[in-house]
Amino acid sequence: MLRAALSLLALPLAGAAEEPTQKPESPGEPPPGLELFRWQWHEVEAPYLVALWILVASLAKIVFHLSWKVTSLVPESCLLILLGLVLGGIVLAVAKKAEYQLEPGTFFLFLLPPIVLDSGYFMPSRLFFDNLGAILTYAVVGTLWNAFTTGAALWGLQQAGLVAPRVQAGLLDFLLFGSLISAVDPVAVLAVFEEVHVNETLFIIVFGESLLNDAVTVVLYKVCNSFVEMGSANVQATDYLKGVASLFVVSLGGAAVGLVFAFLLALTTRFTKRVRIIEPLLVFLLAYAAYLTAEMASLSAILAVTMCGLGCKKYVEANISHKSRTTVKYTMKTLASCAETVIFMLLGISAVDSSKWAWDSGLVLGTLIFILFFRALGVVLQTWVLNQFRLVPLDKIDQVVMSYGGLRGAVAFALVILLDRTKVPAKDYFVATTIVVVFFTVIVQGLTIKPLVKWLKVKRSEHHKPTLNQELHEHTFDHILAAVEDVVGHHGYHYWRDRWEQFDKKYLSQLLMRRSAYRIRDQIWDVYYRLNIRDAISFVDQVGQQLPGGPVVAHVSPASGRRESGSGACLDLQVIDTVRSGRDREDAVMHHLLCGGLYKPRRRYKASCSRHFISEDAQERQDKEVFQQNMKRRLESFKSTKHNICFTKSKPRPRKNGRRKKDGVANAEATNGKPRDLGFQDTAAVILTVESEEEDEESDSSETEKEDDEGIIFVARATSEVLQEGKVSGNLEVCPSPRIIPPSPTCAEKELPWKSGQGDLAVYVSSETTKIVPVDMQTGWNQSISSLESLASPPCNQAPILTCLPPHPRGAEEPQAPLHLPSDPRPSFAFPPSLAKAGRSRSESSADLPQQQELQPLMGHKDHTHLSPGTTTSHWCIQFNRGSRL
Amino acid sequence: MGSQASTLLRNEELEEIEKETGLSHCQITRLYRRFNDFQGIPELAINPVGNWIINAFFPEGEDQVNFRGFLQTLAHFRTIKDNEKSKDVNGPEPLNSRSNELHFISHDELLKVLCMMVRVHISDEQLGSIADRTIQEADQRGDSVLDKVDVEQKMSIRFLH
Repeated sequence: MLRAALSLLALPLAGAAEEPTQKPESPGEPPPGLELFRWQWHEVEAPYLVALWILVASLAKIVFHLSWKVTSLVPESCLLILLGLVLGGIVLAVAKKAEYQLEPGTFFLFLLPPIVLDSGYFMPSRLFFDNLGAILTYAVVGTLWNAFTTGAALWGLQQAGLVAPRVQAGLLDFLLFGSLISAVDPVAVLAVFEEVHVNETLFIIVFGESLLNDAVTVVLYKVCNSFVEMGSANVQATDYLKGVASLFVVSLGGAAVGLVFAFLLALTTRFTKRVRIIEPLLVFLLAYAAYLTAEMASLSAILAVTMCGLGCKKYVEANISHKSRTTVKYTMKTLASCAETVIFMLLGISAVDSSKWAWDSGLVLGTLIFILFFRALGVVLQTWVLNQFRLVPLDKIDQVVMSYGGLRGAVAFALVILLDRTKVPAKDYFVATTIVVVFFTVIVQGLTIKPLVKWLKVKRSEHHKPTLNQELHEHTFDHILAAVEDVVGHHGYHYWRDRWEQFDKKYLSQLLMRRSAYRIRDQIWDVYYRLNIRDAISFVDQVGQQLPGGPVVAHVSPASGRRESGSGACLDLQVIDTVRSGRDREDAVMHHLLCGGLYKPRRRYKASCSRHFISEDAQERQDKEVFQQNMKRRLESFKSTKHNICFTKSKPRPRKNGRRKKDGVANAEATNGKPRDLGFQDTAAVILTVESEEEDEESDSSETEKEDDEGIIFVARATSEVLQEGKVSGNLEVCPSPRIIPPSPTCAEKELPWKSGQGDLAVYVSSETTKIVPVDMQTGWNQSISSLESLASPPCNQAPILTCLPPHPRGAEEPQAPLHLPSDPRPSFAFPPSLAKAGRSRSESSADLPQQQELQPLMGHKDHTHLSPGTTTSHWCIQFNRGSRL
Repeated sequence: MGSQASTLLRNEELEEIEKETGLSHCQITRLYRRFNDFQGIPELAINPVGNWIINAFFPEGEDQVNFRGFLQTLAHFRTIKDNEKSKDVNGPEPLNSRSNELHFISHDELLKVLCMMVRVHISDEQLGSIADRTIQEADQRGDSVLDKVDVEQKMSIRFLH
């Protein structure tokens, strides 16, 4: 299987065409003695060469990007083609014959799918469907128009005697050539347009066209090819009808295959919660299966993969874990970029092989002029028609870019190579013409399109971060417009979109999404969630930059000597494999240690920071403070909401513990008399640590309750801790005031009530987690955020503990409040009312409501007393509003 | 409801409406058929902003609307024709040309909208925090994120060709 695949990879040395394996012992000779050294080039030749080519291409890419100036002027695809030409020239000069070229089989089976999958999967679907009408028009009508006009015009050119008579081709041959040369190529378009940042509408129209025209190209090519092979005399009228019918079969069939596989893929990922590690693989396998199936049934494979990626993304992204998402994204991008690089390089190399082509100036020039002219004419005509229906008409500049952006590429080349020389005598001329056209469009047009876009002042795409405002407005608009269309009784785009969303929400999403993912599915919410994560990351970045590395290490160093085993990689594997091990406990302890351990240095850092801030001017400092306060509020409310929304048993326990600890240290500090001017950073940072730590630890347990792997961590921990807590619950009443917890982590372990009875745990403290966490804070935070989505219901018997706990630290803390007003972590962070609610399954939550309600006013109140000083009024107005609502 | 002023569409009334709203004759007759029970449209029931929209058709403080008022509200959503952009149109401006008023102004208003939009079940507090954040965003930029062009493009429907 592998070998068969590799032989398709078409990079064999021409001289070594025969199968390589030479058995060392042949029957006649005595077996040779043991060889010390054996050279087995032939065994590895094919894969070796493939790897080598990819390596060369990647290295070339690196070299190109060394110079920013070159890549900003010249598209990478041009450089790669030129590099291919050079390499091909070298090979030609050395071997005296061209040995490598872009084989159609390789191209269609291996190089094209990753690119198409990447573009389909990451296609901005909203934009795509908003412009679907235009895209389909250009893809179907435009391609047909281009093919027929180019073919006919070339035939006319031949009739006029401008093409040399040695080009033996009839009308059908020219139509065949026209069909393969007319299609805009997705690879080339993507390569060039990604560097020219035109506005999204323009991009999606050109790019969508290049993807969807594949069906038309395939049909035209096949129909013309079979007509040519039949001979024009034998073509019946029914054949034309069949040709038209096959257009529908190929395009709709391809799309259907893609959607079926998208459905399968989404459904499969719904059930992968225990085998997270194969999630990315599933995505690739099923998408590739879609491609191959469509190819097998001679349907449009590109369309199939595009639809598969487009269709499955929403559900797959909701189902698979965060890590898998990242993996899918990067693998897809890597594969696509690699394939693209190889394609362009091989295009360059293939052009060197002069035995394959024959030159005819009339044909080449004629083709170049015709494709440019008819493309422009077609675009203008179609746009004129489309603009009658479009709300936002495409203006002239858009049309120029669209006509000029009609790049031809490797698809055309592969198709022309596939022609049968016996049936198409002019094949060599066509090959030469195709090469010239491809090179011209990619190099000349690719080079000039950027200055052209600049010169014409085409509206560029501006990359702004997604904002809640935008999301909210868009949603509102959608609904309003749908509603108005309903009122008017007009079944337009908005009407159908609304219908589809209803259907999706009612049936598809329920069927294809995990329940946990489905429940929290809301776009506004998603944006809010993402924004918060982004803020958190940038915030951690800030902290990370300001945090002097030394103190952290220094502080944990006492613990670090105790154990040397384990590695970061091992930790990672545990997370993925969910293998339960005895280290859970140890990690849990580590987490506590870290809580204490990381806090201290922060105090130092804080001091240094405050020094730093003093040097800043007042305005900047105030801004920063405002930002931090806002961040804090956001993070906290975000957290609490996250808890609420999924009705999870979400970790009140560890949070509490961490919080308690924090309080302890904070209070200790306060009693030490050190001012805490940067309390927010302290708090958040510690919380990050807590969570990322827990992320790394017990990822294994309690999958039964869990839908999301990230959630595992917390709940596992919660259960175990809860048990401990149950044991020592009597202690809670006499819990030592947090403020007297000594800074030493080991001591803290002993002092803290939930640690008692576990004296041995301190032994397990391992250092590597300590090292990991500061480095890994971002991901940890990220994952921990998503971990909050997990579902789990706790044992019922903890409910009393849970509810009785909050007042306790609060009582201890309240007298302290005036001492560190601005810096005190917001109470609701540690004990958000929602936490308690979230901590129960639905039935239990109702029982707990009164208690929460009791808590809520207190916390709302505390919010203000803690937060109002030292902030600008505008923001705090909001704060108060909220409080009053509470 | 609302039928007391619009039992019959007389020609002169039609012309008047045409002038007022900028809608064409056949658009108006078609809308008239739609007008009589637009509250009973089943699709509106599941639209989160359905009630909002229906209320928008009723003048403030009244629970009845006549056909003319109905059309004037609807006319906000018509597409701008090129010749309209330059000269003043009598009658209601298309909504998209006065996009500035589209901002959600107060926290409470925003909350109301959010309540309608967010479909998953989340608490008031969470909604509040989203609203806070949204307002904050607008504060930082000093304007709404969607600029006028966007609104222009988005707030039109091509009903009735």
